[in-house]
Amino acid sequence: MEHGPSADRRHRDGVRAAAPLAVAVAAFGISFGLLARAEGWGWAAPIVMSATTFAGSSQFAALSVLGDGGTVAAAVSAALLLNARYAPIGVSVAPYMSGSALSRVLHAQLIVDESWAIAAEGHGRYNTRMLIGAGLTLYAAWITGTAVGSFFGDALADPEALGLDAAFPALFLALLVPQVRERRALAAALLGAAIAVALTPVTPAGVPIIAASAACLLGVRRG
Amino acid sequence: MSGVWLTVAVVGVGTAAIKALGPVALGGRPLPERLTNVVSLLAPALLSALVAVQALGSERSIVLDERLLGLAAAGVALWLKAPLLVVVIVAAAVTAISRLVV
Repeated sequence: MEHGPSADRRHRDGVRAAAPLAVAVAAFGISFGLLARAEGWGWAAPIVMSATTFAGSSQFAALSVLGDGGTVAAAVSAALLLNARYAPIGVSVAPYMSGSALSRVLHAQLIVDESWAIAAEGHGRYNTRMLIGAGLTLYAAWITGTAVGSFFGDALADPEALGLDAAFPALFLALLVPQVRERRALAAALLGAAIAVALTPVTPAGVPIIAASAACLLGVRRG
Repeated sequence: MSGVWLTVAVVGVGTAAIKALGPVALGGRPLPERLTNVVSLLAPALLSALVAVQALGSERSIVLDERLLGLAAAGVALWLKAPLLVVVIVAAAVTAISRLVV
């Protein structure tokens, strides 16, 4: 089921869709490695974290909490709070992840916002092969970037100067547009954005995005 | 230094568990219909929240800066049916150029 020409094409489609993002992801990986090195993490810890956590915003959060003199407990809670959205996201792709429990555990690790968004086919359907192709591409970019940053980041440019921080909302916008063709989906999108914007000034990072997922409860009422 | 490694270990294990939760508990089986209706709206709700937070959020505040110009340019590119690669590049380029100018 995982093999054959059509399977190959679908994995490759995921790789192709993720390729433009891989550049931006690598650049942020470089800044993560660089900042971690500057905070005295050494070269190994940032690379191990990128390989095992693979969720950029939570890694930056843990880094900054520890850097500000926060406790391990505070750093861990900030990071896991940011990653809590992957629980509902995991549920959304679960029906399309078949295979052994081990393969599901491994494939699930490739879920990040970008690979999940690329795998979304609308109406709650997901293409696991797109998810895997995109996820592996971004994973390679993230680890490579982190390694480059922690070894010789000083010489490299600031991703914000290159406008790469705007690449992510642009990707999500591009993937959002085909999702909001029907009224109920458009309502959920508007409500989700409104919740996130309203909560950003008053809650810790991570909470606005998790709270925005409550907008999908509009789906309780059918039709 | 050991605090760093403890953080790396706990965040790594915790994140892996959060990501695997749904696929392990529910993998390969269709969701109950009630839940499908809800989950089908997760993509639009979360994607638009990500657009909003990543274009407007900065620490704990909402700021209007060059990212918004990049996002607007990406919107125009999308409206002109540009491919994904072009949309992303346009957003980054417009943001970078407006940062140089301002």
